Amino acid sequence: MKYVDEFRKREEAQGLLRKIREISRREVSIMEICGTHTHSISKYGVREALPPNIRLISGPGCPVCVTSAADVNRLLDFSRSRRDVVIATFGDMMKVPGSSSSLQEEKARGGDIRVVYSPLGALDIAREDTGREVVLFAVGFETTVPTVAATMLAAREEGLKNFSVLSLHKLTPPAMRALMDTGEIDIDGFICPGHVTAIIGAGAYGFLATEYGSPCVVAGFEPIDAIMGIYMLVRQLEEGRKDIEIEYDRVVTWDGNLKAQEVMRSVFEPADSLWRGIGNIPGSGLRIRDEFADMDAEKRFSIPPGEDAEPRGCKCGSVLKGLITPDACPLFAKACTPEFPIGPCMVSSEGTCAAFFKYRRAA
Amino acid sequence: MTKDIKTILLAHGSGGSHSRRLVEDVFAKAFTNPLLAPLNDQAVFASPSGRLAFTTDSYVVKPIFFPGGDIGKLAVCGTINDLAVGGAEPLYLSASFIIEEGLPMDELERVVASMAKTALDAGVMIVTGDTKVVERGKGDKLFINTAGIGRISGSLDLAPSGIKPGDSVIVSGTMGDHGIAILTHREGIRMETPVESDCAPLHTLAKAVLEAAPSGVRAMRDPTRGGLATVLNEFAASSGRSISVREDDIPVKEAVRGACEILGFDPLYLANEGKLVAVVSKESTDAALDAMRSHRYGRDAAVIGTVEEGPKARVLIETSIGNRRILDMLSGEQLPRIC
Ligand code: SF4
Repeated sequence: MKYVDEFRKREEAQGLLRKIREISRREVSIMEICGTHTHSISKYGVREALPPNIRLISGPGCPVCVTSAADVNRLLDFSRSRRDVVIATFGDMMKVPGSSSSLQEEKARGGDIRVVYSPLGALDIAREDTGREVVLFAVGFETTVPTVAATMLAAREEGLKNFSVLSLHKLTPPAMRALMDTGEIDIDGFICPGHVTAIIGAGAYGFLATEYGSPCVVAGFEPIDAIMGIYMLVRQLEEGRKDIEIEYDRVVTWDGNLKAQEVMRSVFEPADSLWRGIGNIPGSGLRIRDEFADMDAEKRFSIPPGEDAEPRGCKCGSVLKGLITPDACPLFAKACTPEFPIGPCMVSSEGTCAAFFKYRRAA
Repeated sequence: MTKDIKTILLAHGSGGSHSRRLVEDVFAKAFTNPLLAPLNDQAVFASPSGRLAFTTDSYVVKPIFFPGGDIGKLAVCGTINDLAVGGAEPLYLSASFIIEEGLPMDELERVVASMAKTALDAGVMIVTGDTKVVERGKGDKLFINTAGIGRISGSLDLAPSGIKPGDSVIVSGTMGDHGIAILTHREGIRMETPVESDCAPLHTLAKAVLEAAPSGVRAMRDPTRGGLATVLNEFAASSGRSISVREDDIPVKEAVRGACEILGFDPLYLANEGKLVAVVSKESTDAALDAMRSHRYGRDAAVIGTVEEGPKARVLIETSIGNRRILDMLSGEQLPRIC
C-alpha cells in the first residue's frame, strides 16, 4: 500500500507541474514568504521543475535570519554580562554570528545557554532550579507566539518567580506591507505560510489583494502542497484575479485560531521591530504587556541595545528582501558556508542561503 | 561492601580500598571471565591467527538510559560494530569508565549488567578496564570508552576505494531510530508510537552478508553520527564515484518520519546504532539482500541506490516527487526548526 501511495504522490506532483507549464504564459515573480517553504521548494527541486517564466523569490520568512544584527549582539552582550543566568533559546539561534561571537561560542566559554524544543522546555528548567533566573530568548513568528504566551500564563499560574522572556517576536503581514512599500522589487503574488496562517487566518492578507493588487495562496509544506500553491497562484495571475485562496484548507481557515489569537493578545501587544536588512517596521513586533512586566526580561534586567553592525560583505539584507539570490553574494559558498557561516541566512536550516547551498550547488 | 555505599564517591577513583571493591564487586563480577579474573594491569591471551583489527571509541550519551538501550549496551555494540564493518570477528574488549561523583551505585550496576549481557550474547569478552571518578559537575554522570580486538579471516579487504559503477547500495533497516529515540526521550516529547533505539551488535549480520556474497561486498559502514547521508558521502569521496539513491526506497519508520516532520529534522542525517550500509556488486545484490532479510537485525533491509561512473564524487537523491538533488554531508548538528 505504501508503495502505491508514494507512486501516486510522484504522479500527482509531476501532473501538477505539467499543468503549471500548460497554463503559464506570463513572466511572473512569486514570493514564498516562509523559510519552511524555501527549504521544501529547494529540497524537492521544485524551482528547477518550473518553466523559466516563473520566478520564485524567497522572502524574509525565517525568524532567525530576520533577527537584526543589533538584537543578536544584544543577546551576546547579555549572555556575557550575566553568566549566572540560564539562557534558553530555540535551535538555530545558537549559531548565528554576532560581531564578536555566537551563542554557541558563549556557551563554550562558560555561558549556561540551552537549546529548548519549545517554550515549555524553558519553563521546565526554571521549575527544576528555582534558585536561578531563566530567560527565554523568544524569536519566531505568529506560529510560536501563542505557545510562548501560554507558557507565560502557566508560569504565572504556578507562581514561578525566576522565569522571564525576551520578546523578539515578529509579525508577518506588516513585513509584507513594508516589502511592497519599498517598491524595490516586483512581486506579482505571494505564497503565504501555512503554520502562521493557521493562527492569524487567511483574512489577514486581504490588504495585499485590495491595496496592492497581489493575489495570495496559503500553502502547506509538503512538496505537493507547495506545487499546488504555485499552481493556484499562477492560475489566478493568468486569469487576472486577485484573490486570497487557501490550498492548505485541512489546517487553515479564513479567521484563524481565535483562541490562540486571544492568548497572544492577552500577553503581547504590537510594537515596532527591527528586521535584518529591512530596518524598522512599525507594528511588526510584539512587546510584553505591562501586566506581565515581571516576566519581561527587558525590564527585569534592563538589557541595553546591541551594536547594529552587519557582517562585512554579507548580503543577507538583499537576500531577505528577495532582491538577489544567494549566489549573487560574493561570499556565497566561498567565505560563507554552513560550516563557517558569515550571515544568518547561511546558518538556519530555513535560511535562503543555506537552502541554496545545500540543495542547489550543481545538482 | 560496595553495596552499602549507594553513590559513587571520589574515593572510588582513589586507587585504594574503595576502588578495589568497586572493581571486584561491580566490574569483575559482572564481566566474569578467565582473562579478566586475575585483575592484573593487562589481559594476557594467545595471539589469534591471521590479521587483527583494533578499534576504540568513547561513548557520551544523555540520558544514559533510553528506550531500547543504555550507554553500556551502546559502548559494547558500538565497538563490536566498528570491528564488524571491517569484516572482523570481535574477540576482546576493554572498558574504561569515567564516572561523575554522585552517580547512584545502582545506575552504574545496571549499566554494567547491560554491558555484560550484551557482551555475552555477542560472544565477546571484556578482558581489561579502568575506572576514574571526577568531581561532581565535571562529568555527565558517566562516560565509557571501549576498545576492541577482532580477527579478520582470509584475505578479505573491505575498502570503499573498491567501490565500482553498477554496484548496489543496501541498508539493513530503517534509518534514524536511535537519533529520534534519544531526542524524544531527552526532550520529553511524547509520541503516539514511541521509537526505540536500534542499538544492536552487528557482527553476525555482517558475517551473514559476507558469507552470502563472498567476493561481492565492497564496503560496509555503520551509519552512526551524521547518519546515512554522511556514510554515503564518505563512500563517494573515497571511491571517486557518484552514488545515486531513491528517497522512496530508504526505509524510515512512520513514527520517525512524523517526529522529523515536527522537529524539522532529516532522518537521513540521524544516528543509527544497529544498522549497516553495504555496497555490493550488482551480481551479489540479491544474495546480500536475502542474507540481511533473514537475519533478525536486517529484516527491513532494502536496496536504496546504485553507484554511478562519476564525473564528480557526489551523492544524488531522487526525491519522492521525482526530482533529483544533491544529498550533502551534515555540517554541525541538526537543530529543531522554529517555524
Ligand atoms: S552567502 Fe553568507 S554572506 Fe552572503 S548573503 Fe548569504 S549568509 Fe550573507
